[in-house]
Amino acid sequence: MKEIELQYRHPPDLLDDGEIPSDIRTEELVLNMGPQHPSTHGVLRVVLQTDGELVLGATPYMGYLHRCAEKIAEKVTYRQFTPYTDRLDYLAAMNNNLGFALAVEKLGGIEVPPRADYLRVIFAELNRIASHLMATGSYGLDMGAFTPLVYCFREREWIMDLFEAACGARLTYSYITIGGVREDVPEGWGDKCREFLDYFEPKIAEYNDLLSFNHIFINRTGNVGICPPELAVAYGLTGPCLRGSGLAWDLRKATPYCRYHELDFDIPVGHGENGAVGDCWDRYFVRVQEMVQSVRIIRQALDKLADGPVQAKVPRVVKLPAGEVYYEVENPRGQLGFHLVSDGGTSPYRLKIRGPSFCNLSVLPVLAPNCLLADIAALLGSIDVVMGEVDR
Amino acid sequence: MNQTANIKPQTPLGQAMFVCERPKVEYRGLSLKIVQLATKWGPIGIPLLLRFAWGIFFAALVFVIAFVWVVGRFINPLLPWFVRDVVVVVGLLAFVSIVAIIGIWGERKVSGRIQSRLGPMRTGAWHGWAQSLADGLKFVQKEDLIPQDADKPLFRLAPYVALVPAFCAYLAIPFGVGWVFHDSDVGLLFVLAMLAIEVLGVIMGGWASNSKWSLYGAMREGCQLVSYEIPMGLSLVAAVAWLGSLSLVELGRAQDGGWWSWLLFQNPFLFAAFFTYYIASLASCKRSPFDLPEGESELVAGFHTEYSGFRFVMFFFAEYMGMFAVSAVATVIFLGGWNSPVPGLASPLWFVIKSTFLVWVQMWVRWTLPRIRIDQVMHACVKYLLPFTLLLFVGSSLWQLYDNPDHRLFEGFAAVVRFGLGCLGLLLLGLYFAGAAYGFYHRNQLVGQMVRKHLPGA
Repeated sequence: MKEIELQYRHPPDLLDDGEIPSDIRTEELVLNMGPQHPSTHGVLRVVLQTDGELVLGATPYMGYLHRCAEKIAEKVTYRQFTPYTDRLDYLAAMNNNLGFALAVEKLGGIEVPPRADYLRVIFAELNRIASHLMATGSYGLDMGAFTPLVYCFREREWIMDLFEAACGARLTYSYITIGGVREDVPEGWGDKCREFLDYFEPKIAEYNDLLSFNHIFINRTGNVGICPPELAVAYGLTGPCLRGSGLAWDLRKATPYCRYHELDFDIPVGHGENGAVGDCWDRYFVRVQEMVQSVRIIRQALDKLADGPVQAKVPRVVKLPAGEVYYEVENPRGQLGFHLVSDGGTSPYRLKIRGPSFCNLSVLPVLAPNCLLADIAALLGSIDVVMGEVDR
Repeated sequence: MNQTANIKPQTPLGQAMFVCERPKVEYRGLSLKIVQLATKWGPIGIPLLLRFAWGIFFAALVFVIAFVWVVGRFINPLLPWFVRDVVVVVGLLAFVSIVAIIGIWGERKVSGRIQSRLGPMRTGAWHGWAQSLADGLKFVQKEDLIPQDADKPLFRLAPYVALVPAFCAYLAIPFGVGWVFHDSDVGLLFVLAMLAIEVLGVIMGGWASNSKWSLYGAMREGCQLVSYEIPMGLSLVAAVAWLGSLSLVELGRAQDGGWWSWLLFQNPFLFAAFFTYYIASLASCKRSPFDLPEGESELVAGFHTEYSGFRFVMFFFAEYMGMFAVSAVATVIFLGGWNSPVPGLASPLWFVIKSTFLVWVQMWVRWTLPRIRIDQVMHACVKYLLPFTLLLFVGSSLWQLYDNPDHRLFEGFAAVVRFGLGCLGLLLLGLYFAGAAYGFYHRNQLVGQMVRKHLPGA
């Protein structure tokens, strides 16, 4: 049996010439990528079966960043859990705060004042831009282009400054709290924000010139890791990964929360301009286009921002009625869901978090086979996982 | 025995409890004089020294150049040949080390400027000129680590196998007429052969590390270099056939007399051959976009993943020496070598300036482009570059066949084309300098903008 397989692998005429000995041993090479690896975006470990440069299979192993966030939620009050949500997807802390606050507010029937709602939209979208800047920049780094990363950090720095001016923190904000936002933005913050948007919008074209439409970049990412829409739905992909596959599904449009239904924006989807629909380039470019849409949303929200309170009257220790609620928001990486079960006490009975990165990562073993080794970096970067959210 | 006798009485609250008592040293005699001088002049003298460190550095550089000139001109002819050889090799070694050190520093500055950063600014006071020296010092201090399962003799040998050929290539590279260690009749072949040996060290290091990532790096380096040597050689063969010599000094001397006589502008095929050679040379010295053997986002650090300390520095030096060496070959063969753009000013300085410019373009490309995938690298070589360079060789030979007084019509046409190519070259250079001037004028725009608009509350 073994002999037959070997003869099949090597054509008989070569064997007759004695060029390749028939007892040559060929086997797969198992390559352990991570947990310390430059392009696994944190402490992800991927075990690759390789045949030369060809990848035959990839198995992700996670759990290196597990911090028991869900269990901790059962021990602290609702307000006290907000800072823990910052640490889920630490690149989009505002959106995480928003998701948790909305879940609690829905169960508690808390009405949020309009100014707080618009501020939430502005901050969530600013954070989406910051997160996508990080994603696109580090994607360039995965492809071997170092320079776009630094440019993206330069722009992100400005957003961090805006956040710092509003809430004092630069990464873990805890700014969006139950009942509104923690405090109003300082005088003149809106003008600074507009100044940033005016500066930032032309820069996107610059990134496109430098990276998105670069011939090498397109060759590296187009037609690589193609995820058809059926597969994306079957594996529960959300966010840019789903939209990159050509499905225009965005919770901000589908089930609008805050004031998204009053704002005008489009859902960018992948069209397969540089390959098949759902390849790495599509997923990447959806993020770039979403930054443009976020700028549009922020402009409109700033226009509609009227004076008023930013915090509903919520007691210091929130007590929710017994019951359960599941609430999802559109995070930069997909749909972040909070399944909150309350027994009428001051802390959740159970809190289940649906991390979008976790679900998005699940498609990696399906897409990885028959890629080249360099494509694994392209794939992981285009899925854009944050390990803080995968492991929670 | 009273055990509490040695314990000091407790310090009352409110007084400093954790202040270390300094031992009081009494200075006498000469040491007193030195301390007095140091305390008096140190605060002024050391900053002054640092302030003018770059001046001292360049003064030392000028002194070294003057020394080399005096030795080469007046003292060397009096010495026996073996002493002369030793002196020249030491001089070359010093030059090559300076090339690598300035190259590493320059790479950091260039990358900084391209990425709207400043790059190293502190070490050595003038734009961080001493950064590579400080890096070198750090590397020397590092622990000499060899993995437990590594093939230890090979692991130790590999950096030398990479470094020594890279240096040997310089033995045949002429910096000017008479400015060459050995003017061989097959100088070009020798340089190419030496540059090709470097891959052996890389493969050796990758294999001996006994790490899968290193092995991948070495494999990639092997197949990449073997493929790209061919188009690289073929581009040079076109030039060699045009001038009819393999001696680098002869090749350089044949291009005397102004920029229009440089080989690059002789016919369109040679013009293209310069670019194919440049692309292939990028691949052969592992520069981006062909830096697959050490692509840090795929293979952790490629073939030198397991190397640290001074062994790593040797690979690093070999890379920068290789960069300058391939640029030097391009300069000698296509860009007129040491000949000046205007006739009559030939000098080794021109050679260094042109080679440095090509090295700078390599850096520019590196910090702009993403990395190519391994199969695309191979496809680009075998499907496009290799047939194209073959075509260039044939085309250039045919051009040479007809570009003579026997074919009047074609000779006139060739002259027109030559003139056009010369103008094109000037235009490209002008465009480059215009862009550089524009960039220099706007150099503070991006960084300055951010600083100016920094939020007051932040």
